[in-house]
Amino acid sequence: MSTTKEIKLNFNAAWELAPAPEDTSHISIKSQYDLFINGEFVKPESKKYFATYNPATEVKIADVAEANEKDVDKAVKAARAAFGKWSKLSGKERGKYIYRIARLMQERAREFAVIETMDGGKPIRESRDIDVPLAANHFFYYAGWADKLEYAFPNRKPKPLGVAGQIIPWNFPLLMAAWKIAPALAAGNTVVLKPAETTPLTALKLAELIRDSGLPKGVVNIVTGAGKTGAAIVNHPDINKIAFTGSTDVGKIIQKAIAGTDKKLTLELGGKAANIIFEDAPLDQAVEGVINGIFFNQGHVCCAGSRLFVHESVADLVIRKLKDRMETLRIGDPMDKNTDVGAINSKEQLTKINEYITIGKNEGAEIYQSSCNIPKKGFFCKPTIFLNASQSHRIVQEEIFGPVLAVQTFRTIEEVIEKANNIPYGLSAGVWTDKGSKIFNLTTKLKAGVVWANTYNKFDPVSPFGGFKESGFGREGGLHGLAAYLNI
Amino acid sequence: MASKIIIPDFRKTPPVDQVGVEERVARFTTRSVKKSSKMEGLKMVLSMIDLTTLEGKDTEGKVKQMCYKAAHLHDVIPGIPTVAAVCVYPSMVKTAKEALKGTSIKVASVSTAFPSGQSTPEIKILDTKFAVENGADEIDMVISRGEFLSGNYNFVFDEIASIKEACGKARLKVIFETGELSTLDNVRRASDLAMYAGADFIKTSTGKISPAATMPVTLVMLEAIRDYYYLTGRMVGMKPAGGISTSKLALQYLIMVNETLGSAWLSNEWFRFGASSLANDVLMQIAKETHGVYQSSDYFSKD
Repeated sequence: MSTTKEIKLNFNAAWELAPAPEDTSHISIKSQYDLFINGEFVKPESKKYFATYNPATEVKIADVAEANEKDVDKAVKAARAAFGKWSKLSGKERGKYIYRIARLMQERAREFAVIETMDGGKPIRESRDIDVPLAANHFFYYAGWADKLEYAFPNRKPKPLGVAGQIIPWNFPLLMAAWKIAPALAAGNTVVLKPAETTPLTALKLAELIRDSGLPKGVVNIVTGAGKTGAAIVNHPDINKIAFTGSTDVGKIIQKAIAGTDKKLTLELGGKAANIIFEDAPLDQAVEGVINGIFFNQGHVCCAGSRLFVHESVADLVIRKLKDRMETLRIGDPMDKNTDVGAINSKEQLTKINEYITIGKNEGAEIYQSSCNIPKKGFFCKPTIFLNASQSHRIVQEEIFGPVLAVQTFRTIEEVIEKANNIPYGLSAGVWTDKGSKIFNLTTKLKAGVVWANTYNKFDPVSPFGGFKESGFGREGGLHGLAAYLNI
Repeated sequence: MASKIIIPDFRKTPPVDQVGVEERVARFTTRSVKKSSKMEGLKMVLSMIDLTTLEGKDTEGKVKQMCYKAAHLHDVIPGIPTVAAVCVYPSMVKTAKEALKGTSIKVASVSTAFPSGQSTPEIKILDTKFAVENGADEIDMVISRGEFLSGNYNFVFDEIASIKEACGKARLKVIFETGELSTLDNVRRASDLAMYAGADFIKTSTGKISPAATMPVTLVMLEAIRDYYYLTGRMVGMKPAGGISTSKLALQYLIMVNETLGSAWLSNEWFRFGASSLANDVLMQIAKETHGVYQSSDYFSKD
């Protein structure tokens, strides 16, 4: 289908929306946070603190304790001491505590959303409508399983594993904490959790919430720090299970580190998902799915649809629609309720993304960026797509973890399946077609843990999530996520 | 340009995914319109209204009163625009035209055996010509939904083309009565068909059937307009009608237009609201923005 090239829609707003900043006066953030061990906040043995910044303003928000090996040991000991009683508590009683955490999270949803946006840079619309409600949902969902473990796994006498060490990333700080803590507690384990060093605040607010909920001391311990703190958790001899979400590189280090030990492991690592649009797809909705797939949370999503495959017969039209849609994205202050794309999480990440943009240009792919202005202060990146990308380009093969999309075209189903699978990752994929049989054909052939059909980035506590190949192993969410915290 | 346009096979209209459409719409409704942008938006809404009375009990007196209201929405507050048009039955066109003399407000007339469209092609053309001869600037026709649903797309296409011819200089709005079309795929198909047949505007509903205009239906029509514009370069207008009675909802429609078609469509030449009670709610909001407090509905004339 040919389209007239000269006609362009004008989105330079004649009708400009006035700023609509979310109220931040209701939140409370302390200037300094200690470690949450055995039910209370304690000073770190390391005596060290590090700062956490608002990536949209580069202003320091708070100082956070840096846990060393001694601190981690204290946390693990507290978790071990709490394990006996907690695991022997009836499932019904455990469920009550988890329900209480879920309800408290709903009650404080606004505060959590604002702090999540402040510390991480994601738009308030997302933290308000997705991160926080979904985190509460995970607690609700697993609270329901706590007294039904024997029905979940009949004739297996499921037993908790013990102390779980959990290390989570900076892209969904509160949500990932919920994904990890909720099933662990429901199964009767105790927890030592480390949030990412750039986004520790909502996990620390969660610690306050857990303290207020009356959860027995030591059941959940939250220690902050960077890679060293994580290593101390991974290498601690009295931990029974490691659950890690983060980069593939660190995942490999963890797997090596625990080789030869009894520790169980689940890894949820990187991705480079293919979004595949066939000519018979509902194109406007497909374009919306592509936008949502790559620009949701500034592309800081392990399952981001960072590769787009378009059927050649509709490629011109789809790319034109995509460009027009990019022009309507609002980039800027994450705290503004109308912002669609917020701040890049850290300076390091912005540098990495910009390096990849340079690589893409040098590789000869055709760059297109939204024509918007980005704020001078803070870490921002324009929504970017690379057209005419090739399978051997690094921007096609490697995870960028930013708002950068590589666009390729295809002619046949065999070709697109081969190319979609031809990367080291296998976390997710998206298929856009009006034809049901085509969807089922592809879902059986795409090597991806999650395949979305005519939608993208849909998450639900009931649905298991996890990857193939270098995207890791083990599943989170649903019954599969529960099984990962039980000896069955 | 126009000579190159190939009329597509309307059985193969692009598919629409309802779940995706509803998700997109939900995004528009979370936009926050505040302060100056709200005031600007509210005034834009007023200027886009087709103030409507389409009742069996309509009289000349009723139409005259409504026409005065159309030109003087709320004289207490200065700087308030007039509505875009009044929309009446063909028999009332002459009265409306006279009452609106000296204003820039257009007179739109429904036609083609509105609202059911159950009549012969000859009568529909006569109906249209009568309205145009009496001075109607715009014609709001209904399509034959029965023929459409039974797959006689050529019949509907010819019907629209013949009414367009009968319109002469009057602009033609084509009403689909989307509440009777059942699926968004059908809405898309009707949109494509009407635009290729010569519609100047496409319009959701008569206001006589529930559901009338909805945001998902309107979005599908806006996307059809966009695709047609991409292909032909011809702008087609959009008119959701019926069921839009609050300012908040009207502003959400404007957000949707702005983010789907861009600023070129943000004027009453290309976008209209078919509504009877919307104007007063918008006026109430404007008064609130002006004075800081809400006033009782009795401070706004009901015509």
